[in-house]
Amino acid sequence: MEYLPLIGIVVVILGFALKLDNILTVIAAVIVTGLAGGLGIKGLLDTLGSSFVSNRNITIFITVLIVTGTLERSGLKEAAAALIGKIKNASAGAIVSAYAIMRAVFAAFNISFGGVAGFVRPLIMPMSTAAVKNKYGELNEEHEEQIKGMASSAENVGNFFFQVLFVGGSGALLVQGTLAGLGYEVELVELAMAEIPVSIVAIVVAILYYNIRDRRLTRKYYGPKNK
Amino acid sequence: MAFFTDAEVTLGSKLLEIIYMLTGFVTIYTGIKNLRDPENPSRIGTAVFWTILGVIISFGRWIPATVVGLLIIIMCIPAVLKKVKMGNVQKMTVEETKANFEKIGMKVFIPAFVIGAGALVFAVFTDLGALVGVGFGVLTSAILLIVLLPSNKPAVIINDAERMISTVGPLSMLSMLLACLGSVFTAAGVGETIAKLVSGVIPKGNITVGIIIYALGMMLFTIIMGNAFAAITVMTVGIGAPFVLSYGADPVLIGMLALTCGYCGTLLTPMAANFNMVPVALLDMKRRFTVIRNQFVIALIMITFQIIYMIIFH
Repeated sequence: MEYLPLIGIVVVILGFALKLDNILTVIAAVIVTGLAGGLGIKGLLDTLGSSFVSNRNITIFITVLIVTGTLERSGLKEAAAALIGKIKNASAGAIVSAYAIMRAVFAAFNISFGGVAGFVRPLIMPMSTAAVKNKYGELNEEHEEQIKGMASSAENVGNFFFQVLFVGGSGALLVQGTLAGLGYEVELVELAMAEIPVSIVAIVVAILYYNIRDRRLTRKYYGPKNK
Repeated sequence: MAFFTDAEVTLGSKLLEIIYMLTGFVTIYTGIKNLRDPENPSRIGTAVFWTILGVIISFGRWIPATVVGLLIIIMCIPAVLKKVKMGNVQKMTVEETKANFEKIGMKVFIPAFVIGAGALVFAVFTDLGALVGVGFGVLTSAILLIVLLPSNKPAVIINDAERMISTVGPLSMLSMLLACLGSVFTAAGVGETIAKLVSGVIPKGNITVGIIIYALGMMLFTIIMGNAFAAITVMTVGIGAPFVLSYGADPVLIGMLALTCGYCGTLLTPMAANFNMVPVALLDMKRRFTVIRNQFVIALIMITFQIIYMIIFH
């Protein structure tokens, strides 16, 4: 019987793995764990209520949303497009790398401008494919497939490893809240600083990877004369 | 009111409470606006979710915990039943954003960057805290938006806020609910139970082994669940705290990097559909795993780097 509270963990893992409703999964795990752990209904509601109130800092993302919409309306995406449009005579790998850097810098300031649907598809892909066609007169289908993959990867890597640098981001707040529940008090700035080396290594690795990979694909599909 | 006049409470906490109130008011506004919106297909459910959430954000400090707990359960019912919907949001056209960009130009980056800059400056140079800095940054950003473009009236900003809140929807509260789950795990003694269960497998007192299992566990759990936020709650209570942190490792470094170890898992899994599968459809790729194929090597290098980094500097 002492292992009964672990049933909540099983609920979380199964719920997410089976793609059940995420909120239902978490609430079910909360209820099951609380009751199996002997908190009782009142104890469960108390724990849930007090932890929600003490974790209200996570709702700071709503505070940021107050201006996000109007930033969009005022032409933020157009400005980002104008910025990356300044790149001329670059390979597809270099354009993808430039996007990774731009996405990373903006993610560190909690700014997004459309992701794959809103930015990669209408801007980065046409730029990259035009660059290849200009240089080699054709675009190999398989090369195009991999450029699409790299551009989506640049979106993910730039976003994941740099959003943690934003002081007040959801990830760090969740970490802070989880640690506080276990008795460890940590500051948001310290959490962001711990990630700086990781962020830098991630972007360097990603840029090297995209450029090496693109060069290799170029040699493969357009002949050895074009290195 | 006693809270705000209490000399024992720091100025930072008082200001943060005001930021919560303003945030909550905008959330309540989202609820009320949708309740009165005939174009919303689910007026009541939408209003219940956002209004309750807004009330808890604004006034949670003064409501008894049992009541808040009950309110959270009630609030989640329409969310689970998919009854929280978007109504008639304030429109935004490409022509409008283009025209606005022509007026403002690259200066639009200033109100965008001021939020993150505010967080950083307040965290480093004041004792008010980073989140008060975020709040200050948002306020400055709003003022700059109005100054730079007179058509950005306060009402435009408030209704754009409603549009964004409705767009992100109830699922945006997932990380909050996961944080609560973590507290319930701790209160129910889940950590100790796992620790007892796993202590036969993980040697006690060996921080290096603990770090490797915690980091790889974060990656693996994220691959299975598709969500690093869900993984970190379970893994930190079960493995991170009893097998790494309790032996004196730095909670800042270990706790934070565990999250980015989880992100390595996110890069590898089709379960993270938004990041790895939706782009396949959006960009019309021929093979389902093209995105994962192009970040596989990066993820493996990053998990290795982070494990070594944690072992050296813990």
